[in-house]
Amino acid sequence: MRYALILAIMMTVAWLTLSGYFIPLILIFGAISIAIVVWICARMGILDVETVPYMSLPKTLSYFIWLFAEIVKANMQVIKAVLSPDLEVSPTLVKIPLNSDEDIAETMFANSITLTPGTVSVDMQPDYILVHALLEEMSAPEDFKEMGERSAWAVGVKAREI
Amino acid sequence: MMMSLILAAASSADQGASLNIDWIGLFRTILSCASMLTGIFFVMAGTLGVLRLPDFYTRLHAAGMTDTLGAELVILGLIIQSGFTQMSLKLLLVAFFLLLTSPTATHAIANAAYKAKLNPKLGKYTAPSVDGDGS
Repeated sequence: MRYALILAIMMTVAWLTLSGYFIPLILIFGAISIAIVVWICARMGILDVETVPYMSLPKTLSYFIWLFAEIVKANMQVIKAVLSPDLEVSPTLVKIPLNSDEDIAETMFANSITLTPGTVSVDMQPDYILVHALLEEMSAPEDFKEMGERSAWAVGVKAREI
Repeated sequence: MMMSLILAAASSADQGASLNIDWIGLFRTILSCASMLTGIFFVMAGTLGVLRLPDFYTRLHAAGMTDTLGAELVILGLIIQSGFTQMSLKLLLVAFFLLLTSPTATHAIANAAYKAKLNPKLGKYTAPSVDGDGS
């Protein structure tokens, strides 16, 4: 019931953002569509935490702000390497241990790694992520530890000590 | 972009002979131009990286640079230009989905290459010198 309500609210916001019409006919159409979608989701039995990723908004938002600062820093490093005349790069493959078994935390962590320029998560395994780094100094496991802790915290999953 | 800057200044100058320039509008235009130009710089640097880097995996990094900071800064510029309108909300949504989908696509490509046993070049790499005996 709680998930159905959250899904309905999210879809209402999306509808109002994208349509921009506030005449009764369109609003009624919107309400009917949302009701049908929620009913179908409930019937399929997929109204769970994965379909409706309800995260605490302030936590997620503050994580994204931190991540954006990291992205800017990493961008500077990559841009310096790419634009330097002799293009000194040192590609590295490194295994980063995972600190949680929850799918959503793993996804958040792997996506954050890929989003940061200079590091791409290549392969997901049950207990580690294979990460390809453009520069050797980007592949230190300590740097990933903080990102892992913060991303688990952002989606409200308790990270275990690694 | 220079055109719109001049137009903004001109339209505000028309209003009176006492030269009351629309400072906020001018500031907003300059800010959005600066943001978009920085974004375009990142996109160009990323393209250059795709051309210069040695192998598939390293090129992915350069491509990732264009769709994080490059695209986001261009969208930020557009948001500043359109102000508090419905268009800004839509642009915010575009920026958000870009932030979610681009790493997923990059991971899918990298994983496909890894599964197909494409071995990454590891270790130090330096660009071949131009004025060597390059054959």
